[in-house]
Amino acid sequence: MIGISPVSVSHYLVVGAVLFVTGAVCMATKRNALGVLMGVELVINGANLNFIAFGSKYLRVESLGLDGQLIALFVIVLAAAEAAVALAIALNFYNNHATIDVDQASELKG
Amino acid sequence: MAEFFQQIWDSFFQTSSESPGAIAYLVAAVIHCVLIIHVVAVGALIFIWMERKISGRIQDRLGPTRVGGAFGWLQTLADGIKLIAKEDITPKDADAMLFKAAPYVGFAASYCAYIALPFSDGWVAQHMNTAVFFILAVLGIEVFSPILAGYASGSKWSLFGAMREAAQVVSYEVPLGMCVVVPCMICGTLNLVTIGNMQAGSFTNWLAFNDPFTFIVACVYFTCATASVNRAPFDLAEAESELVAGFHTEYSGLRWSFFFMAEYGSMFLVSGLAAILFFGGWHGPIPIAEPIAGVLSLVVEPLLNFGRYVVGFVVGDLGQVTEGVVATQIANLMGCLNFLVKGTIGVTVMMWVRWTLPRLRIDQVMTTCLKYCVPIAAFGFLGALVWQVNDLPTSNDMPVIGKNRFEVRESWVYQAEKELRTTSGDQKSSPDDQQPPFDPHQATGSTELVPQGAFVMKGGAR
Amino acid sequence: MMLLAAFDFDWHAFFFMFFALLTCGFALAVLFTSNIVRMAFYLILSLGASAGLFFLAGAEFVGAMQLMIYVGGTLVLLIFGVMLTAQSRFVTMKTSSGEWVMALVLGGALLFLLLTAAFRVGDWRTGHPNPANVGLAESKTTTQIGMGFTGVRVDKLDAPEGSTLVSGMSGYLLPFVIVSVHLLVVLVGAAYMARTKRRASSAGVGA
Repeated sequence: MIGISPVSVSHYLVVGAVLFVTGAVCMATKRNALGVLMGVELVINGANLNFIAFGSKYLRVESLGLDGQLIALFVIVLAAAEAAVALAIALNFYNNHATIDVDQASELKG
Repeated sequence: MAEFFQQIWDSFFQTSSESPGAIAYLVAAVIHCVLIIHVVAVGALIFIWMERKISGRIQDRLGPTRVGGAFGWLQTLADGIKLIAKEDITPKDADAMLFKAAPYVGFAASYCAYIALPFSDGWVAQHMNTAVFFILAVLGIEVFSPILAGYASGSKWSLFGAMREAAQVVSYEVPLGMCVVVPCMICGTLNLVTIGNMQAGSFTNWLAFNDPFTFIVACVYFTCATASVNRAPFDLAEAESELVAGFHTEYSGLRWSFFFMAEYGSMFLVSGLAAILFFGGWHGPIPIAEPIAGVLSLVVEPLLNFGRYVVGFVVGDLGQVTEGVVATQIANLMGCLNFLVKGTIGVTVMMWVRWTLPRLRIDQVMTTCLKYCVPIAAFGFLGALVWQVNDLPTSNDMPVIGKNRFEVRESWVYQAEKELRTTSGDQKSSPDDQQPPFDPHQATGSTELVPQGAFVMKGGAR
Repeated sequence: MMLLAAFDFDWHAFFFMFFALLTCGFALAVLFTSNIVRMAFYLILSLGASAGLFFLAGAEFVGAMQLMIYVGGTLVLLIFGVMLTAQSRFVTMKTSSGEWVMALVLGGALLFLLLTAAFRVGDWRTGHPNPANVGLAESKTTTQIGMGFTGVRVDKLDAPEGSTLVSGMSGYLLPFVIVSVHLLVVLVGAAYMARTKRRASSAGVGA
């Protein structure tokens, strides 16, 4: 089927790479602090997809095994913690500057 | 089910195949989808009628009486026709794309959760090992439907409704999760089919009556489930006296009805989940299904064999029905009816509560969750844990008809092992199969890796 | 007739394509949308579709976890943040075209690098010869994950003596505890930070 049968680790890596790059570009171009945060989530998700792919028994005979899934679980939990902190920072920023545009946070610029 | 269709395919075209082909899978998937969508849609049809009748009786009036005879049972259908014919309005201020997408998000989530919900022993669209977790996760996604609807409507009432809904549902997920963990802990699995089967026998085997703590947990679960599907007295998101209609103020016609199908779908879903987790699933209070099914199969099996014989003249020899399959399927059918009755009772209780109790204020809703439900659920969880670890007597130990819970679990582990042996027997060459069958009890028992006093299933396979 | 009977369709590849296209497509939609709420909506769909990819790879538990924590928890939080910080309805912030060009060029270079790396190793490219025949024990990992978190690696019991696998037998108990404590600290800290006094007339909707 469209040349991807059987599905291999490489195919998952391609999806992960697209997510990663999209997230990185998102972080670079968005001016809304929450948009930047969404870019971070995409990057983390792309990395997670790679862990799952390397740990999957269905994609490779010699797979990483359970460690891939366990690390992916840790990443998901830590991403939730990261989002909580980043959101608190964004709210604080909004309270202090009355805007969510990250380009406005330039007091430290010389 | 795919195997079944492959058998039919094989006997029809005189082929033979080891595993089900693509078309068999496709047919099975379509049948599953259609069956589940009928549970949601027809369920909504019946439950909306039921709600009107029940609310009428509670308020000392009759409810609908005209359409479809004295009981008004066609009223919902008439309403449905009206809703389809109604104009579909998108407000000028709305974000049109999100406004249109929001109802489908909720309906899709509610529908998707049914994938993992078993209706009887093995009667489940996708037999998942993590079914409980999956259902909870998908129910959590449903909250996006009101949030997006409220935000995209461009109306302040909708936005208020959405904010309330989001705060409420996210908070109530915490005690809900704690309550759901308790039956999983007692049964030692997240697999809903196994949890249901472990409560076979008389009603004393139901997990709600396992020990006093599980009964408390069952009550808390039902409260939190009512809140998480936004039913009164927790229906602040659509409080008509304060917010016009909450998040669906701006909706009309078919999109509006999608919100309601999702709501009634998830009502039955959480009730069915309660039935499986705490109230025996598809097992009746008295174990009479199997004897009845045995007697019935004496009549049905010869009839089926005769039918296959007749059809066999046209498409080739079909052979006989496998011994015992008919009895099992009849027992499953009775179990399915049992389950539907239990789920409907749960929905009825929700309706009863809705038309009896006044609506809470938003701070009271949060207080109920954080100050009462969470501590009580945590207490029940700890109590059930202590009860289980110390091996205190449970109602499952009582000498009544029906199997002991852990015999059921062992037979399940045995079944899994057997399946594994047959699958690995097919392909000796693959290096993946060098591992022996996985069994946590044997594995940990043989190497003494489990610390003493750690949580070990009592009466496990060691 | 024989054609139909011999017709073999790889559902695994089909659903991989389906979910992969959804994931990447909605991720790109997140990138190219300027409305923040629509971005959040596309992000929900992208992450949900990648949970589908997790299920396809046999990671049921991680997939459900992704749906529950990421989609059902983190993104609700994000949308909360969007609602609390919106100045006017459907606000959009434009990025200058120079920044776009620069970001896209750098992103394209990074993507090229990653794609080259993805197809570099032969073992990654070939795939499993017969994924339908992966044994039952390998496909059901939930118990193994649970035991791994409590410090017992039941999946590594059969590792040969002296191999590197045995040293991993201690499991993930310590990281699990550290993550739990970390999560608690983070939540307390986030609640503390978000609680600071508001300036007058800055809040759109009261929290």
